[in-house]
Amino acid sequence: MLRVLLRQIRKILITVILGGLLGATLVRMGPGFGVDEREVDSRLSAESQQAIRAERAAENNIALFYLRYLEGLGHGDLGVSRSLNRPVSELLKERLPLTLAALAYGVLGGISIGFLLALLTVAWQRRGTDVIPAVLSGLCLAVPAAVIALLFVWMGAGCRWAIALVVFPHVYRYSKNLLVAAFQSPHVIAAQARGLSSVRVLFAHVVLPAAPQLAALAGISVSLAFGASIPIEVVSDTPGIGQLAWRAALERDLPLLVNLTVLIALMTLIVNSVADLALASRRQA
Amino acid sequence: MTAKLSGAQKIALAALGLLALASLAAGWIAPSYAEQFREFISAPPSARFPLGTDELGRDRFARLLYGTRVSLLLAPAAALLSTLIAALVGGTAGYIGGWWERIVTSGIDLFLSLPWLFLLLAVRALMPLNTSPVTSVILTFLLLGCLGWASPARIIRAGTRSLVDSDYLVQARACGVAPARLFWRHLAPNLGPILAAQFWISVPVFILSEANLSLLGLGVSEPLPSWGGMLRELENYSAVLENPWMLAPAGLLVAAVICLQLLLRTEDAIPC
Amino acid sequence: MLKNTLTLLLGLTSLAWPASQLRFTLRAEPKTFDPLLVDDENSETISYLTSGVLIRLNRYTQELDPELAAKWKVLENGRRIDFELRQNVRFSDGTPFDCEDVQFTMRRLMDPALHSPAGDAFRSAPGAVETRCTGPYSATVRFPGPVAALASQFDHVGIMSARSARKEAAVLGPFMVAQYKPGQFVLLDRNPNYWKKDANGRSLPYLDSVRLEIQQNRELELLRFRRGELDMVNKLDPEMYDRLSAEMPRTVVDAGPSLDSELIFFNQTPNAPLPEYKRRWFRSAAFRHAVSDAIHRDDLVRIVYKGHARPAVGPVSAANKFWLNMALKPPAYSLSGALEELQRDGFHRSGDSLLDREGHKVEFSMISNAGSKVHERMLTLIQQDLAKLGIQLNVLTLDFPSLIERIARTFNYESVLMALTNVGLDPNDQMNIWLSSADNHQWNPNQKTPETPWEAEIDKLMLAETASQSAQQRKNYFDKVQQIVAEQAPMIFLVNPNALSAVSPNLKNVTPALLRPQIYWNVERLNLASGYVSKK
Repeated sequence: MLRVLLRQIRKILITVILGGLLGATLVRMGPGFGVDEREVDSRLSAESQQAIRAERAAENNIALFYLRYLEGLGHGDLGVSRSLNRPVSELLKERLPLTLAALAYGVLGGISIGFLLALLTVAWQRRGTDVIPAVLSGLCLAVPAAVIALLFVWMGAGCRWAIALVVFPHVYRYSKNLLVAAFQSPHVIAAQARGLSSVRVLFAHVVLPAAPQLAALAGISVSLAFGASIPIEVVSDTPGIGQLAWRAALERDLPLLVNLTVLIALMTLIVNSVADLALASRRQA
Repeated sequence: MTAKLSGAQKIALAALGLLALASLAAGWIAPSYAEQFREFISAPPSARFPLGTDELGRDRFARLLYGTRVSLLLAPAAALLSTLIAALVGGTAGYIGGWWERIVTSGIDLFLSLPWLFLLLAVRALMPLNTSPVTSVILTFLLLGCLGWASPARIIRAGTRSLVDSDYLVQARACGVAPARLFWRHLAPNLGPILAAQFWISVPVFILSEANLSLLGLGVSEPLPSWGGMLRELENYSAVLENPWMLAPAGLLVAAVICLQLLLRTEDAIPC
Repeated sequence: MLKNTLTLLLGLTSLAWPASQLRFTLRAEPKTFDPLLVDDENSETISYLTSGVLIRLNRYTQELDPELAAKWKVLENGRRIDFELRQNVRFSDGTPFDCEDVQFTMRRLMDPALHSPAGDAFRSAPGAVETRCTGPYSATVRFPGPVAALASQFDHVGIMSARSARKEAAVLGPFMVAQYKPGQFVLLDRNPNYWKKDANGRSLPYLDSVRLEIQQNRELELLRFRRGELDMVNKLDPEMYDRLSAEMPRTVVDAGPSLDSELIFFNQTPNAPLPEYKRRWFRSAAFRHAVSDAIHRDDLVRIVYKGHARPAVGPVSAANKFWLNMALKPPAYSLSGALEELQRDGFHRSGDSLLDREGHKVEFSMISNAGSKVHERMLTLIQQDLAKLGIQLNVLTLDFPSLIERIARTFNYESVLMALTNVGLDPNDQMNIWLSSADNHQWNPNQKTPETPWEAEIDKLMLAETASQSAQQRKNYFDKVQQIVAEQAPMIFLVNPNALSAVSPNLKNVTPALLRPQIYWNVERLNLASGYVSKK
């Protein structure tokens, strides 16, 4: 188990470093890199315009930039955001708690609601019991995250639960399929035939065996949640990481984008690793 | 295995079919989505304009029909592409296992963490200047399809792994069934429902991705309408309250996605 | 006993009485609090509210008012300005203000390494700028070359303290930065040492504080204004104006045409990656005029701006009465006139399309910035207008960096729709647009020598305008520039949007102006009806 854990940590580190480099390269090679909106400010002299262009020259060599970034990372220096003129570490410290809280609400809430609904649907095996949950999940699945955010804004409510509404339909659908499949497996039929109580059958023979596959959902939910957080935070003007990422992309803020890529990669990988470890432990058992 | 359609599913199928037909027949039902009737700006519904006109005097009903084409026809194309890529990547990872599975899983994680929204921004900015709106929207959906494989790949990998470890497959291997036969005869048919499920789940995801992109200002170029582009009107919530027909695109999108959801049958989504 | 009770009650009441706080929004994070490096609107807002300047352009009267300089004199044909400074003025941290601070500020402003936008406005000729103190309250600033409208340029120069340890935090304006929560708000507290007093000798400002909420989403901003969470919205979209006008008619303000314009221009750069035949179209004045004539400006005003705009004449808005060339009129919409111009230039109709003399179908693209509903709508209307001529216009909105890269670096564009924002009245601010050798001569920048006779003529006129100290003479020169622009149409000016804002009825002493900031230009005299006036 320890060897598996160490392997996962090594994998995470390599992937995060690679992810940061790839993300930086993507931004560097993208259109509009190194451009500053001050270049169309007619008040600035030619010398000032030249100086503005030269400011970003240090970022042109992406390999060098990334090496310097990793070196700085070792000292806790995450660089300075070009667009906001502030240390990235400060920006992350301010904004991360907001987004993490929203993600926590969103992922935990979404998984809880989705799984509970799936459990109820499967446990109460009657014709048409899945209609209402299907319509509910369909509704939430059908409305774009940005529109959900708009609805919350109109109501004057915070957008914490908006992410949950985005995540739960996926969780519901997948969980339901898994649980139904598990319910129809031979050992469950046998258990039922032997007269085991439906609660025991449900938890010991349906939910538990499906747990590792359900764990795979956790990673997807985090990615979904983070993907949804960008339009939600942008539309609702929440000063979180999602809004920062959007702003960094629009302004080609390389130091900020690299850090955010590394952060998202880390978060996604940690969650997925936990899921993989669960799957591996099931296989071992 | 193809089970009989339930009543709700028949209605869903019929509704989607009608929607698709109406969008294809848009040219006969409502000839022009781009024409601006400048004397009828933001007009209420009437016999001439069943859903009124928008802020540029364009027939909302016509735009909704043509917009349905964009969303309803291109989203499945993108979903098919992403599912195929996911099947290839996730399926092989789950089947082969070992170091290959580890590499692919890391690759998926790496892929998921990259700033793909930036890539969408970049592709849009790189498109040749005189790209027609139709071409640009097709390219956008194709790109979405190329970017959307990672999450389904993860699920397909987990599903494949589960199948590979299942009793009957273990038994088949123990009986000396050749790997190719094992794959095509025993694994692939059971992967089918998982792939179908992923496809049907992805279709609304891509419809919504286009909508989200439009709300962020990266949507379909004018004058081509799309559901997402029309949803931007919802930002003006007080206008929506006074003119509830502005909710038609949202209503249609929700209805279409719910129909797609109802069509995703449980028993087809799991191995038998 | 009674006196003590009354004093106690009064004290408790003052504690309970809400301090008057003006609340409005910044559209994004301010990039700097350094008044000399201000280059974005949000930083400019903070600088306006906190910085003290020597001379202030009164946004309402459009005249120059003495501020920290009680008197001034422009000498040597605009090469020198002498100031007599106000005495007994202190920075917000108590540090005294005198000539040393002016010297320090000017030295820093003109430091080439700083690249201050305000400093660049003074760079009319190469050479050093000299600031001398002829007394503790007398300053002389000498420039290497004449600076047009020299006095008014000091409206953008926030004076910094030479001695204070608090650096840019020590200010001379009515407010000072008390708290900055990134992503959320900037809180400005009343400057206890602000020098201005009202006619009754009461210390200004009346307000106790200003809270600037950082809010990018305009819909949210409007929602909050409706709920009473904000006291004003400084720049309203026309659509929002109409909505608010219907619900809260007492709050909306339409101050008339602003100084800004919306315009389009074509790529005339010789080394642009364009097919030669398209370059020929764009370089043809007749083609440009035809496009201009075919665009229905009245529809743009009516449909996009809901009537809150005016068709533009040229680079100077109708609001800029002195500098506007009154002889010019906005181009009239005329499809037949446009077709005639095109036919004279060798174009002809073939079915629904327009073809040039070589048979190429006239099709080109127009780019603008994404996220602007106004621009998106304008593009769509222009697309339809040009379709009537047989021109196929492909529209594309791009994020800002991609747009600027195409316009300013790669020149990989065909035509652009963009806004021209004029901060001041003086056409000198547009020098870098009209000079053919300048970076911002958008349609064909950085020319070594003027490529056309009319661009050479504009160069000559702009340089003469900047060297002259006579307002009337300068106006004559610039009138001719406007005439040439109207004839050659290198930039096709479409509309001048109105200055629209919303103000809570609780906010008193508001006198909306045309120049920015329209509502709070006299922030030291604003007050809230329900507020408590500080007796400090």
